[in-house]
Amino acid sequence: MGLFINVTLDGVSNGMIFAALALALVLIFRATKIINFAQGAMAMMTTFLASSLLAQDLGYWWAFVAALAIGFVFGALVERVLIRPLKGKSELNPVVVTIGLLVVLEGMAGAIYGNASRGFPAAYSQSGITIGHSKIAFSHFDVFIVVAVLVLMIAILVLFRATTLGLRMRASAFAGEISRLLGVRVGMLLTLGWALAGVAGSLAGLLVAPTSSFSPYYMDLVLVYAFTAAVIGGLESPVGALIGGVITGLCISYVGGYLGSGLQPLGALVLLMVALMARPEGIFARPPARRV
Amino acid sequence: MTQPGPADHALDNISWLWRLRLPTQPLLRHLIFALCGVGILYLLTSLLSPYNDYEVGEIALYVIALAGLSLLTGMNGQISLGNGAFMAVGAYTMALLMTHTQLNFIVELLAAIGAAAVMGLLIGIPATRLKGPYLAGMTLLFALALPPIADKWSTTFGGDQGLTTTVPNAPGNINPEEWLAWIQIIGALITLVLLANLIQSRFGRSFRAVRDDEIAASLTGIHVARTKVLAFVISAGCAGLAGGFLGLSTGVVNTGEFPLTLSIQLLAAMVLGGTGSLTGMLWGAVLLVYLPQWSTSLSGYFNLGSGASAYLATIIFGAVLIVVMIAAPTGIQGGLRWTWRHISGSMSRPGAVIPPVSELPGGQSPHVPMR
Repeated sequence: MGLFINVTLDGVSNGMIFAALALALVLIFRATKIINFAQGAMAMMTTFLASSLLAQDLGYWWAFVAALAIGFVFGALVERVLIRPLKGKSELNPVVVTIGLLVVLEGMAGAIYGNASRGFPAAYSQSGITIGHSKIAFSHFDVFIVVAVLVLMIAILVLFRATTLGLRMRASAFAGEISRLLGVRVGMLLTLGWALAGVAGSLAGLLVAPTSSFSPYYMDLVLVYAFTAAVIGGLESPVGALIGGVITGLCISYVGGYLGSGLQPLGALVLLMVALMARPEGIFARPPARRV
Repeated sequence: MTQPGPADHALDNISWLWRLRLPTQPLLRHLIFALCGVGILYLLTSLLSPYNDYEVGEIALYVIALAGLSLLTGMNGQISLGNGAFMAVGAYTMALLMTHTQLNFIVELLAAIGAAAVMGLLIGIPATRLKGPYLAGMTLLFALALPPIADKWSTTFGGDQGLTTTVPNAPGNINPEEWLAWIQIIGALITLVLLANLIQSRFGRSFRAVRDDEIAASLTGIHVARTKVLAFVISAGCAGLAGGFLGLSTGVVNTGEFPLTLSIQLLAAMVLGGTGSLTGMLWGAVLLVYLPQWSTSLSGYFNLGSGASAYLATIIFGAVLIVVMIAAPTGIQGGLRWTWRHISGSMSRPGAVIPPVSELPGGQSPHVPMR
């Protein structure tokens, strides 16, 4: 029973991280119908830059905010420079380009920082909280993870639901041409979507780094877990990303706790396959009508 | 050249005669090309040093893997980031059979193809419901999920050391590297002939029909899901054979040979060679084998540290992938074909300009927006 509780708690905190990266994928997919396979590598890069800033004796929170800001700029830059030229072409082209970006970023990080895994500090203590007489596998840092991702999620929801800017973003994603005719700067808003995704991704990168072996490849698996989460959630809805993230996190955690960590990716693959067989459009999406 | 002169007509006639002389039966035509290939490569391998023979063999095995991927992406519009993992399936199957049984070498290779194809079927069935980016994500997950399994059951799969493979003894006094290169070249040529025929057959046409418009294809009576699974299975089978050959080249099969990077490099080489082309895969395979060497010498030239030089090939691969995708999506073979058409076109029919194709096959066709 103790194992079950600890594994569940671990699953929740991991799931929140997957949800943050899944949110990044969802933000981009909503706006441009593209899956950004380089999202994890971009987060890796911003986290490495944060670790460089930390090495310059900058405080943790400055580095944290700087990483999010760099993620914002980075996301916007990628959309403008690499994705914009692909507009109107086959849906396979952006897949290949983002994979290319993934390879370039990992290669650059490897060349600059080396292949060895290094440490990255956590904002709060990583040892479990003691409740009564027993220590549970949920630390102050895990609490911070949950709070940080929830804050991000609520901020995004408020942006979309309660502001004019969010309304314009939804409109330009839903019907780009009509929005443009009505005077919405659609191109600008697509870039903003990528930039916000960059922030969400950077947050995920900063939250994963302390608990994993922090090397150029540390986001590879997190990316595919986040992809699983986003697909389960339907790829269009931020709330779906959150729920998908927690489902994926729990699933991965149970597989790791009871069957061994080596089988975690396989567990995610099975989860993804089952989800796609059962509901190819995700849990929270209506199946679209095919247009002839 | 505004007026077609008599010289142009003569050229036109010559090219027409040249075309007439090749048999129109695809199988015969492809076999003739393959036999020419055998002749050239026989001369090549007997002239080259053993190490170069080894490299030629590696090129041949990558041609097999890339041809399968090119069929899948170029002809059927599906994208796979997991063909490196299918190579692992083939390699491990062959190595396990070599360790535990005394079967014929050909049977072991066929088993490698079969196991990879069965795995392709398992992955391919849910994949039929998926469009481009979903399938890419799922195969990416597959590529990451497979290697840890071999680590988990290390007694069966040999752990970090992996399993050893043995190349069958060479007949006569042919040196072993040349013999292995020969096996791989023949495997590659057989694969290419089979795939070239497949592309021109009823199956090839239905692959393309499904790629271009699934609904229209299903209205003409093509079973869309079955067609997509078939393309996926063939591509996985090709990867399985290539994986078996890679295991033979390296002498061992372990998880380190099949990282995610391998799958991504296959995709990159396929795109660079020219998606959908089979001949173009030769350029892709040459790049896969030689780019690491070139980048090592390049980083030596620019005096980069040993740390950076290890990553230079990766960075070049990714950067070229992005640039090609944005600027010239048909890759090297597309460029060559365009140049050739341009030259021959301007010689035979002045004014006939073939517009460059500006996107990967697989999307909506650019000219008819249907609403």
